[in-house]
Amino acid sequence: MLKLKDVYKTFNRGTVNEKKAIDGLNLTLEDGDFVTVIGGNGAGKSTTLNLIAGVFPVDSGKIVLNGLTLNNLPEHKRARFLGRVFQDPMRGTAATMGIEENLALAYRRGKMRGLSYGITNEERKIYRERLATLGLGLEDRMTSKVGLLSGGQRQALTLLMATLQKPDLLLLDEHTAALDPKTADKVLQLTEEIVARDKLTTLMVTHNMKNAIQYGNRLIMMDAGKVVVDIRGEEKKNLTVRDLLEKFNIENDRMLLSE
Amino acid sequence: MDFVSNLLNALPGAVAQGLIWGLMAIGVYITYKVLDLADLTVDGTMSMGGAVCVMLMMNGANVWVAMLCAFIAGMLAGAVTGILHTGMGIPAILAGILTQLALYSINLRILGNKANQGINPDKYDLLVSLRNVKEVSIANPILVAAIFTVVLIALLYWFFGTSLGCGIRATGANPDMSRAQGINVNFNKILGLMLSNGLVALASALYAQYQGFADVNAGRGAIVIGLAAVIIGEVVFSRIFRNFALKLLAVALGAIIYYLVIQIVLTLGMNSNDLKMLSAIVVAVFLAVPYWKGKYWNKSGKKGEAKNA
Repeated sequence: MLKLKDVYKTFNRGTVNEKKAIDGLNLTLEDGDFVTVIGGNGAGKSTTLNLIAGVFPVDSGKIVLNGLTLNNLPEHKRARFLGRVFQDPMRGTAATMGIEENLALAYRRGKMRGLSYGITNEERKIYRERLATLGLGLEDRMTSKVGLLSGGQRQALTLLMATLQKPDLLLLDEHTAALDPKTADKVLQLTEEIVARDKLTTLMVTHNMKNAIQYGNRLIMMDAGKVVVDIRGEEKKNLTVRDLLEKFNIENDRMLLSE
Repeated sequence: MDFVSNLLNALPGAVAQGLIWGLMAIGVYITYKVLDLADLTVDGTMSMGGAVCVMLMMNGANVWVAMLCAFIAGMLAGAVTGILHTGMGIPAILAGILTQLALYSINLRILGNKANQGINPDKYDLLVSLRNVKEVSIANPILVAAIFTVVLIALLYWFFGTSLGCGIRATGANPDMSRAQGINVNFNKILGLMLSNGLVALASALYAQYQGFADVNAGRGAIVIGLAAVIIGEVVFSRIFRNFALKLLAVALGAIIYYLVIQIVLTLGMNSNDLKMLSAIVVAVFLAVPYWKGKYWNKSGKKGEAKNA
């Protein structure tokens, strides 16, 4: 279970560029929740994910995952509990290393990295099987450098890496935004398969309202650093893009009027 | 004919120097290529290793102990740069310059406040000496340096294949991804800098023995020679050497090529005072070649180039 309690974050405090990114955010995810997150630019979606991952610290408030307060853990220590896929396909993988080497790095997430072999033959078998589930033929190119793969292949690989060790929470930050529509669909399908198979608790940021409705069991809309709409269960199943746009506009108008 | 005989006469010395500086260049490869940092500490550590080794031997230490201490001293210097960079937020290049500057004073202290200290090969049991460079024996510095090179490449190949070594490679390749996979990027940078500077100091210890003295200025411009070796090795051998161990070998060979070229221009009558300028020009040209190739070559649509790009 993930719990964000009264989280605040302001960038460039005290300068002309001061930006209140997260403004009293409260959010609770139950185990197995697959939550899609929508909202306009600057609503605080990516910032929320980065705060959970520890890219930068919160100003105040608490982030608790399965009873453990993450606030004071550095990014690399939180990684033990988190699987992350970024928007930029280049960020999630090491281009100059092989496919299997990248997977081996992910396989050791949260474990001690000592002087044992960086990759073993038994692991290679596991990687081959897991790569085959992607249906991209990567299982026959395990020693190829990741830099030779397309953006979609790299995102699929990053997704596999993020879930190779089952994470307590999967953070997807617009992970299909940089892909062409067909590849994006394929990666989203893979995402759904993996999340369903491993029953992963997931936060998925997207700009695509259709995807936000289609995937997951819960949808939240953020604006000005807080959650303004939270729809789940039956209501989410019957949701249409038109409904969402209406809520989006109402919320936007309300924000504008209140300011 | 004079030129040829002079050159042949000088060749063994050039090869021995190239091999010793090749070890140093392998250290530079670890920071410059693996970690993707330009580390200028090496100009200081390339003086320090020799100073530590020579002074310890003059005080009765065994040559192996002295060299181990040189290695450790180099690692400490690397740690200082690493901490300045990761713990104090100083850009890597500046952190290296700061350590290098401090090392100048430290090296003078190590050398007993003298600019250099000689060590007599007759009195001390040295591993390498330029006196033996033309001998056919196991004391020949070319042989000793070659053995060092092979053993160190084997050790590094093993190390960078371990979980820890893979973490260092990942840190250099993609820090964002590394953090997301739970790798302590700062720790790995420090570790890489320590390893690199340890190797450089070890090369320095060999070089001081080879020359018969330790000099506070021995490392001036070392980073440029190291980079020259790395880049020459890459330009010449990158198409045939793909494996990590072979890439390290290419660096060692690059250093030998560099010293052969230097020897040729010296034999041709170049003033040795102009050497540093020549080194800088060589490195600038070799750095520019891949850049120009990428910029102007591919446009003409050469298929082979595009594929290998």
